[in-house]
Amino acid sequence: MRAPLAWQIATVTSIRQETATVRSFTFAVPDWQPHLAGQHYDIRLTAADGYQAQRSYSIASEPMRIGEIALTVERIEGGEVSTYFHDVATVGERIEIRGPIGGYFVWEAAMGGPLLLIAGGSGVVPLMSMLRHRAGAGAKIPTALLFSSRRRDDVIYFDELESLRAADPTLHVFHTLTREQPPGWSGYGRRIDRSMLVDVLAAIGGPPRVFVCGPTLLVEAATEGLVGLAVDPSQIRTERFGPTGV
Amino acid sequence: MTDRFVTRGFEGRGRVPGSANRIPPGQHEIKDFPVLSAGPTPHTPLESWTFAIEGLVDQPVSWTWPEFLALPAQEYVVDISCVTKWTHLDMRWYGVSVDLLLEHVRLDPKAAFAIAFGDGGYTTNLPIPDLVNGQAFVAYQYDGQPLSPPHGGPARMVVPHLYFWKSAKWVRGIRFVELDKPGFWESLGYNNHGDPWKEERYSEE
Repeated sequence: MRAPLAWQIATVTSIRQETATVRSFTFAVPDWQPHLAGQHYDIRLTAADGYQAQRSYSIASEPMRIGEIALTVERIEGGEVSTYFHDVATVGERIEIRGPIGGYFVWEAAMGGPLLLIAGGSGVVPLMSMLRHRAGAGAKIPTALLFSSRRRDDVIYFDELESLRAADPTLHVFHTLTREQPPGWSGYGRRIDRSMLVDVLAAIGGPPRVFVCGPTLLVEAATEGLVGLAVDPSQIRTERFGPTGV
Repeated sequence: MTDRFVTRGFEGRGRVPGSANRIPPGQHEIKDFPVLSAGPTPHTPLESWTFAIEGLVDQPVSWTWPEFLALPAQEYVVDISCVTKWTHLDMRWYGVSVDLLLEHVRLDPKAAFAIAFGDGGYTTNLPIPDLVNGQAFVAYQYDGQPLSPPHGGPARMVVPHLYFWKSAKWVRGIRFVELDKPGFWESLGYNNHGDPWKEERYSEE
């Protein structure tokens, strides 16, 4: 296996607005290699005077898209890399990347399930790569996504998640909106708690393999809730981001 | 760097005047304290907590929580760099020097590496020269408060001159061994040594 570490220049081929503050960027990657769902790429930006900034971004796309990857980037006010992506980068932009990186927060269909994915905000990105991989592989592994967002307009990938769910009775998608719920909202309207976890576990049955990604408080609440419901801690993998984000 | 690629339109507004010589390459300064862990936070009751020095030592030693708190401790103000790219300057910890812990044992001359181990099965490996001479401590307070469980409490090893995954959370002891053995992240693509100033992030660099 090639060391996935050399910096290379990738080209932005499309940009999609996911929500008011979140965009997905598809890159053509010259020295592409398949990733595992859950892995990330490092990004390096260099100013004319040599100043550099690096950040890591989770891969949103599924591994079978040969020659390209998609990264989903939330705009963090005051963040020099995410604001570059949102305010400067256009289609055709050339940007230094290296990857794929990371070997623990990963899932492939061969690892089996049932699969429980819990996301807060842009923590959904690596989990979306898993769901896209699962759909692309045609894997009917019982799977639930519990996705916490602030408001309906902040839900990343809402329509795509609806399509995936509609096409696959073994996929269960649960949304919770913690700040504000629109009229007629049928999902949850509170922070993740024990009774929500009971519902989600019941939907998939059996001891799950769990991936949780989101802000620290959400990850702590979800994992402590699951351990309290007798989910094996060694089957729970977490990826967290705090207020700093990435 | 001779083959530098300049990113169109990137000005680098994140420069921090004055602290640049304290920020390792590829890192950026932050003021908060992100939590990064691979799994659930363990919660070990203090009554059953112990800290052990074991492996290639003449006589293993172990302290209970009250015994550990009774050891001479001191404040450390250090810069911390996480491989996820953040650097936090002047983090204020309180704890016990690893040098002091090692005064309680005699290391076998064959001992060359240390494995720090913690609750939840976490391990990280270090050459002994990276652990001694004031370079490492076991902290149980951060910023004047008991170290919280998400940050590794009740006690965390801190090795400020290496990336922060070398600072084992929920640490329960140090095992001395003759042959190096990669720990948790070192087995999963991260660098065996982890010096931020050499940007030793991943396995092959």
